[in-house]
Amino acid sequence: MRKAATYLVLSVVGLGMLFPLLWQLSTSLKPAADVFAGVDDPVKALVPHEARPENYARVYRATRSMGGGFARWYFNSIVVAVVVTLGQVTTSACAAYAFARLRFPGRDKLFLSYLGTMMIPGAVTMIPNFILMRKIPEWLATVAPGVDWLQLREVILLGHLFDAGRLLGLDSYFVLIVPVMFSAYGTFMLRQFFMSIPRDLEEAATIDGCGLLQIFTKIILPLSKPGLATLAVFTFMGNWQSFYWPLIMLSEDSMKTLPLGLLTFMGLHSTQWELLMAGSLMMILPLIIVFVLGQKWFISGIQLGALKG
Amino acid sequence: MTKKGRMALAGYLFLLPNLLGFLVFTSLPVLASLALSFFDWDLFTPPRFVGLHNYAKLMSDHAFWYYAFNTVFLMLAIPVNMMGALFLAVVMNRKLRGIVVFRTIYFVPTIVTGVGTYLLWRWIFNPDYGLINTMLHAVGIEGPKWLQSIAWAKPALMLMGFWTAVGGNNMILYLAALQGVSPELYEAADIDGANKWQKFWRITWPMVSPTTFFILTMSLIGGFQGGFEQAMVMTGGGPAGATTTISYYIYNHAFLWNHMGYASAIAWVLFAVVLETTLLNWRFGGRVVHY
Repeated sequence: MRKAATYLVLSVVGLGMLFPLLWQLSTSLKPAADVFAGVDDPVKALVPHEARPENYARVYRATRSMGGGFARWYFNSIVVAVVVTLGQVTTSACAAYAFARLRFPGRDKLFLSYLGTMMIPGAVTMIPNFILMRKIPEWLATVAPGVDWLQLREVILLGHLFDAGRLLGLDSYFVLIVPVMFSAYGTFMLRQFFMSIPRDLEEAATIDGCGLLQIFTKIILPLSKPGLATLAVFTFMGNWQSFYWPLIMLSEDSMKTLPLGLLTFMGLHSTQWELLMAGSLMMILPLIIVFVLGQKWFISGIQLGALKG
Repeated sequence: MTKKGRMALAGYLFLLPNLLGFLVFTSLPVLASLALSFFDWDLFTPPRFVGLHNYAKLMSDHAFWYYAFNTVFLMLAIPVNMMGALFLAVVMNRKLRGIVVFRTIYFVPTIVTGVGTYLLWRWIFNPDYGLINTMLHAVGIEGPKWLQSIAWAKPALMLMGFWTAVGGNNMILYLAALQGVSPELYEAADIDGANKWQKFWRITWPMVSPTTFFILTMSLIGGFQGGFEQAMVMTGGGPAGATTTISYYIYNHAFLWNHMGYASAIAWVLFAVVLETTLLNWRFGGRVVHY
């Protein structure tokens, strides 16, 4: 009996959690007229009387004139999130190894300053970083006046000329990737992970003549797969949703990532809710997939994060 | 080179990529923004040194205080969210089949929260065609205008925040804490004839207090800095500034109006508040938390 009551509570809560998303799915499949069925026809408002899966293709068509639109935004999001994740995991792992295992002057002071900056609100560093990114092309122009830094933008990709945005500064892949590739949090997390690995293996390897680089790649990294996976999952999901930094850095439609693209789309099609819902569902789908696949690491990452408190 | 020297060199080399990024994109910007807060600068004309003027202006800036009020008002949801998370954790802390499925489902809102779900909730709160008012209408209630109403916009955002947060990280942390409580304590209480409430308040609550304390601290820190993204997507900070928070105000000054100095000053005040919260929690927490 108590068991049944628990299941009942759990199911009601679960339905409450999923209900908004189910309604999102329902709206995304509606014919335009049903979207505004409104309060007088609650049944139609909840469930479309006929499904229109072509709404998903319409999102693509309706945005295509916006610098390539949805397909391009998806491409941008994937490129940026994947490269940032690889970059953050790599730089964090190297730095974490230095902090966890190598002895050099100033190590502990540096590590403390890493910890200290984790408390600083993003808004503090955002403003100078914005100015820096804005000014970089101007500064480069004074150093190398022969080059027009703002016009270096086309690359050849798979035989096609591809507009890759600016090389540097605002509206570039550079600005979406490089400034967010370094993470004090990731360094901290991996350092804690590396510290928990017993040193015996490394000592044995040293006796066998392994150098530090070999110890890092052959012992530390393979033993830290769960920690690296956790950081990768967190970084990917965080970057996929990243909004503030791209918002202030981008103005060209072709360079936008999905969150910004959707916002622009909303500005132009503010009443086409079936398209907006279809677009945002397509945007959050990878998150759900990554979460379901990487859930184990995600949960352990949350608990690892709490240990620092 | 000595062995010690080689190791030190290796240490610096391993650290170098991360350290460079850290210096360029974190350390120097922190100093730069502190310096900026003493200047007046619109990015186009040369910066002008104004001393403490930005900070003085902030004290008498009515808009700032209204937005500070909004920020704190939205933070009133924190204890409610925490109670919800603890309740769910208590319900889930049983060995039942399929519990992992529920945990996964509860976590989904946290995972997907971002521009996509802000759009969704904007639609849910639509006064004429949205999910909530449609359902209220079906039972004979005329719902409010939600995001378009000065009185209801903040509660609407808090409601969305509850959905977002209740089954997420905090529930996971509470669940881990509950699993760490020794069953013997409850057995002893059973022998003494304690009822459910007594067991909760005398055993569970004190035993999870370190987790409560941690979640509260992190939520406060997040709360002071929060509110920009959702308001940007859902309300534009309106109606009449009712959902503009401090972080939104910084955005407006810095990136809409090019007031780099004033925006930096607000950011530093925010930093001071966050730091003070952390320190206060540290000192205060030592006394109320049962370890």
